Amino acid sequence: MMLASVLEATPSLTHYLLVSGLLFAIGLAGVLLRRNIIIIFMCLELMLNAANLSLVAFSRFLPTLQPHLDPNGPLPNFNGQILVFFIITVAAAEVAVGLAIIVALFRARQTTHVEDLDSLKF
Amino acid sequence: MDVATACWIILFAPLVAAALILFFGKFSRPLSAGLAIAAAGLCGVLSWWVFFQPPAGSIQLDWIAIEGFRAPIGLTVDKLSQVMLVVVNTIAPLVFIYSIGYMEKEEGYWRYFAGLSLFLFSMLGIVLSDNFVMIFIFWELVGVSSYILIGHYYSKDSAADASKQAFLVNRIGDFGFMLGILMMWFATGTVMFSELVPNGELAGPVKELAGNHATYFAIACVAIFCGTIGKSAQLPLHVWLPNSMEGPTPVSSLLHAATMVAAGVYMLARVFPVMLASAVAIQVIAWIGGVTCFVAALMATQQNDIKRILAYSTISQLGYMVLGVGVATTWDVPMFHLFTHAFFKCLLFLCSGSVILAMHHEQDIWQMGALKNKTPITFLCTIAGTLALTGFGFHGIGFSGFYSKDLIIVWAVEKMPLLGWISVITAGLTSFYMFRLLFVVFLGAPRSEHAKHAHESPWVMLVPLILLSLAAIGGGWPVVEHLFFPNAKEPAHVGHLVHWVLLGMFLGGFVLAWLLYRNAAKDPLSIPFFANRFYIDNVYDWIVKNVQGGLAWLSGWADRWVVDLVLVRVTSLLAWVSGYVLLRFLQFGNIQAYAFFFGAGVVGLIYFLIVR
Repeated sequence: MMLASVLEATPSLTHYLLVSGLLFAIGLAGVLLRRNIIIIFMCLELMLNAANLSLVAFSRFLPTLQPHLDPNGPLPNFNGQILVFFIITVAAAEVAVGLAIIVALFRARQTTHVEDLDSLKF
Repeated sequence: MDVATACWIILFAPLVAAALILFFGKFSRPLSAGLAIAAAGLCGVLSWWVFFQPPAGSIQLDWIAIEGFRAPIGLTVDKLSQVMLVVVNTIAPLVFIYSIGYMEKEEGYWRYFAGLSLFLFSMLGIVLSDNFVMIFIFWELVGVSSYILIGHYYSKDSAADASKQAFLVNRIGDFGFMLGILMMWFATGTVMFSELVPNGELAGPVKELAGNHATYFAIACVAIFCGTIGKSAQLPLHVWLPNSMEGPTPVSSLLHAATMVAAGVYMLARVFPVMLASAVAIQVIAWIGGVTCFVAALMATQQNDIKRILAYSTISQLGYMVLGVGVATTWDVPMFHLFTHAFFKCLLFLCSGSVILAMHHEQDIWQMGALKNKTPITFLCTIAGTLALTGFGFHGIGFSGFYSKDLIIVWAVEKMPLLGWISVITAGLTSFYMFRLLFVVFLGAPRSEHAKHAHESPWVMLVPLILLSLAAIGGGWPVVEHLFFPNAKEPAHVGHLVHWVLLGMFLGGFVLAWLLYRNAAKDPLSIPFFANRFYIDNVYDWIVKNVQGGLAWLSGWADRWVVDLVLVRVTSLLAWVSGYVLLRFLQFGNIQAYAFFFGAGVVGLIYFLIVR
C-alpha cells in the first residue's frame, strides 16, 4: 500500500532523497565489505554521486521549500547544480590520482586485496 | 631646499653611509673612512644651515595611528634640536677624521666606521624625534651601536665584558624609561612632544594630571628620568661608563663623552616643562645629579688609567647637567653646559688618545711623564681642555666651562643651597684631579721606556685637536651663548661670594695638585675607598653573583626536577603506557575496519548533535 503510493506519485524531493540515501548506503556497504580495492574505489565514487544527487534535488526543490522567498513564482536556485559540476570535475581529477595510486600500489605489492595491506598492524 | 628635506637628509645620510660601508668597506680602507666622513661632513654643513633657519615645527609621516594612540615618524626642528644638531654634527666629523690617524694600524677598519656611522644615525634620531616612541627606538639603537663600538676589540675578554655590561646596565634604565612613557601615555593619551609641551609650555591635560594626581605624575616623571640615569651614567647606573673605555679612544670621545651620554640630558630638556611640573621629580633629579657629580669626582681623584680619570670626570660633569635640569628654570642652563662640555671633553679624550698612541697603547699615567716636550701640541691642547673643564676664569672672562658650569652652580646655590655648595666643592675636586692628570702625564720625569721615546701624533689627528681647542676656549663666550642659548640667564640675586669661592676652589685644586704631583714618581696619596670606586662595582658583582647566581641555581634545579622529571619523564611514561601498551591494539591493519570506525564515529557524532 505504502509502496504503491510512493510509486504512483509524481516525484517529489523525498523520492530523490530516498534514492540518494540508497545510493549512499550501497556505496558505504561496498566500501566496508568488498575486498577488491578497485571496487572499493568505485563505491567511493558512488557515495560521491549520492551526494551530487541530493544537491541537485535540493537545488530543484528549494523554491517549493521556501515559498516566502519569492512570492511571484518559484524560480530554482542553481547554486547547488553549479556546485555539482565542480564536484564532478574535481572527482574526475581525484579518480585519476586514485587510480594512479592503485596502480603504484599494485606494482609494489602485486595485490589489490585489502587484507594483504596490513603493514600498520601492531 | 627647505628645512624639512635638509633634516631628512641629515638623519639618513649616516645610515646610508653605514650600509654602503658594510657592503663595500671591506675592499678599501680609504673608502670606508671616506664614506663615513662624507656623510658626517654633509650632516655638519646642513646642520649649521638648519641652525640659521627659523624653527620649522614638526614634520611627520604617519606610522602607527590607531584609536587612542598615535606615533608618527616625525622630526622636530626647534631651537633645542637645532642646537643639538650643531653640537653632534660638528664634533662627529672631527672625531671621524681623527679616527683615520688613530685607527690606522687597527683591524676591523670598516667595521669601526660602519659602527660610527650607525651611531651617528641613532643619535641624530634621538635629537630629531618628535615623540616618545620614536625617541625610545633610537635610544635603543644608540645602545646597540655603543655595544658594537665598545666591543670593537671583541677578542679581548675585558672589551667583550664591558660592551655587555654597558648594554645590560642601560637596559635597566631603559625599562624604567619605557614604564614612564607608558604611564605618561596612559594618563594623557599622547606620546607626542608637541602635545605634551606645545611651544615649550605645559599642555593643559598634563597640568591637570600634575595637579590632581601628583603622586602618579611624580612616579611617571621619575620613571622617565630612569632613562637618563642609564644613558647619562648617573648614580647608581654609572658603572658601565668607565668600563666602556675598553673601546677605541675616538669612540670614548664621541659616544661616552660628547654625544651619546648627553642624550639623557637632552631628553630631559625636551620634556623640561613636564619635569618642572612635578616638585618631587625635580628634587629627585637635582639630588641624583648633585650626588653623582660629587661622588664621581671623588672617584676620579684616585684613578690611574688616563681614560678612566676622564670617564669619571664625564660622569661628574653629566651630574652637573642633571643638577642643572633640577635647579634651573629653563633648559638653556643644562644644555649650555652640555654644549661646552661636548667640545672640551671630546678634546680631552682625543688628547688622551694622542697620548695613548704616543705611548704605544699604555694607559697608566704612572708609566708616562715629561711628555710635554715629546708631544707639545697635544700638551697645549690638553691644557686648553683642562682649563675649560675646570672652569678657569673670573669676572666674566674665562674658558668655556667657566661660563656654563658656574651658571649651573649659581642656580644650584640659589635654589638648593646644600647641593649648590656640594657642587662648589666638586669644582675644587675637578681642578685637583685634572691637574693631577696634567702634571703626571706631561711634567715630571719619564717613568718608562715608552715615555722616553714617545712621539707626536700625525697631523690628521692634531688638526681636529686644534679645532676643538678653539671651541673649548671660546665655546662659552657670551657671544656664542647669546647665539645658541638666549634664555640662559643667571638667577636674579647672586652673591659675589660664590664666584670668589669658585675661584678659590680652582686655585686650591691647582695648588694641591702642583704640590703633590709635580715631581711625584708614584702616587703620594692612597685612598683605597676612592680608588676602588666606593666599592660600588664590588657590590654589583656580589649582587649579580649571589642574586642572579642564586636564581640561576634555582631555575636550574627547577629545570632538572620539575621540567625534566615531572613534565618530560612522567608524561613520556604515560604516553608510552597508553600508546605502546594499550592503544596499539587498536591498529588492526585492516583498512575497512578503519573506515568502519570512522563511519561509526560520524554516526555517533550526528546522533550526539541531533538527538541529545
